[in-house]
Amino acid sequence: MAEHILEVEDLRGYYRGVFGVVHAIDGVSFSLDRGVIMGIAGESGGGKSTLAQLVSGTPPPLLHHEGGRILVDGIDIYNIDPEELRTEVKCKRMSYVPQASMESLNPVKRIRDFIFDVVGQRTRRRVSSSERKEEVLEMATSHIKALGLDRSVLDRYPHELSGGMKQRVVIAISTLWNPKLLVIDEPTSALDVTSQKRMIKALLNLKQVGIIESMLYISHDLTSLKQLCDECMVMYAGKIAEIGDMDGTIDDPLHPYTRLLIAAIASYDSRGKKTCKLECIPGSPPDLRSPPPGCRFHPRCPYVMDVCRSREPGMFMVGDGKRGASCWLLTSKSG
Amino acid sequence: MEDKRKTVNKEIVLRCEDLTKIYTSGFIRTKTVVGAKNATFDIKRGEIVSLAGESGSGKSTIAKMILRLIEPTSGNIILNGRNIHSYNTREYYRQVQAVFQDPYSAFNPFYKVDHVIDRTFGLREGNLEGDERREIIESTFMSIGLNTSEVLGRYPHELSGGQMQRLLIGRSLLIGAQLLIADEPTSMIDASTRAGVLNLLLSLKEEKDLSVLFITHDIGQAQYVSERVLIMKEGEIVEQGSVNDVFTRPKHPYTKELLAAVPSLYEKWD
Repeated sequence: MAEHILEVEDLRGYYRGVFGVVHAIDGVSFSLDRGVIMGIAGESGGGKSTLAQLVSGTPPPLLHHEGGRILVDGIDIYNIDPEELRTEVKCKRMSYVPQASMESLNPVKRIRDFIFDVVGQRTRRRVSSSERKEEVLEMATSHIKALGLDRSVLDRYPHELSGGMKQRVVIAISTLWNPKLLVIDEPTSALDVTSQKRMIKALLNLKQVGIIESMLYISHDLTSLKQLCDECMVMYAGKIAEIGDMDGTIDDPLHPYTRLLIAAIASYDSRGKKTCKLECIPGSPPDLRSPPPGCRFHPRCPYVMDVCRSREPGMFMVGDGKRGASCWLLTSKSG
Repeated sequence: MEDKRKTVNKEIVLRCEDLTKIYTSGFIRTKTVVGAKNATFDIKRGEIVSLAGESGSGKSTIAKMILRLIEPTSGNIILNGRNIHSYNTREYYRQVQAVFQDPYSAFNPFYKVDHVIDRTFGLREGNLEGDERREIIESTFMSIGLNTSEVLGRYPHELSGGQMQRLLIGRSLLIGAQLLIADEPTSMIDASTRAGVLNLLLSLKEEKDLSVLFITHDIGQAQYVSERVLIMKEGEIVEQGSVNDVFTRPKHPYTKELLAAVPSLYEKWD
């Protein structure tokens, strides 16, 4: 058994089309330990979803895997037969729930019939006998219950369910085969606060009852990441800006980008109104068809130095090597 | 505290009295849904009032009624002492303008953004020509923190969501609006530029005495921008009061439940 559930080494993924070559993921390396929930944060265009699509093994048409390795439970997913990827990796070892996936339910089928379809497709054997149906339903019920839903949703049509319920049904279906790793992209962005909380609690429960082992959770919302994740990775312009434990990242951010991102959030504080003004990050993210030389954040960074404009910073680890950031400011700290 | 005293003596710009909206659907067997029920509140000059609640609670119904996009079933909306339906539409929209959730669909992609700015002059009072227009545009852009050179002459797809949203707020200033209905103006733009829009609303309130009805489901933002807050549930305003009272000492059980669900950067749920 491999030590890490997910290992990404020097990953590069570019979009190629008439618009040119977009360097959406450019040299990303990290590993995810077993039993850990990692959050990926950052602005839109930072490469969060692209990374998830690459990890899923089947990137969309214009996105190309250009180099680097992704090991899921020790299996190099870009170096195996597609059939093996389908049967051995997907659903069994890793499941990917994309953004807006709640729209993927079939509107003219009850949830149970949709589940029979999915199971039939995956196992390449139609679910027709009543015993087999019973068996599948039993499997689905335990997952639906773990996500805090009632068994009765199985007999409903998608339009009878709320957004949060549909989202949880989709998660239940993607975890039917108890994948070790769940990659989930912005499951809460379309939900309001009360269903958002329910969703986060449901995901935590999914891990507690042992349906999944680890999770890669993508969200632009640092406040909900804080509630859910053990570790956090902040991405900017296709690279990792900062990586480390969640609480440390919020309390003492290493990278100026992380610091600015946190300063821009109007977070609710039950102790009363804050008096300090929110800051916004000047400028906008770079065009990744021709990323700026040196550090990709330097055109917007308030602490920019000469070295930032010409040389790209590596990942500097601080403390006991558990946290790191790619910023020249850290050269003095890490020694 | 100072802030509070300043607004206490100010006149009321908009007042809603017992505002009710019941949606009916179906022809033979009619079904009714309560959009808003007996909503009563007022907005003073130079005040930002937040309207918070979960989806389906009737926040946008209230906004649409104030904007005269739908007719209330019963109740009155009074702007500057007159019922809003007694104004003719041009007169009304000179005073009340709105910014919606999606800045990307507010612009026509085939026109440069100048088109939107030019058309506002059709609604504005008086006839302005060349130089005067440019002066007004420049001073307005200055107050919304945009540089004319980085925005004018561009197409919508060349701007960021934050820039577009600020431009739309600027547009309502150009018309001379006193009341801005901001219906979830920040939910589709990036966290890093969201603060710019919120700060813009705060500075316009200070400098231009703009009144804003800020509709949101993000409690953090409501706490940051507004002085007063209305909490809605199933069409009813269940609690209203100053931000500090409602958000630190909520009285209604629903408010308590809502606040408990808000993720915070500083505390973790149990």
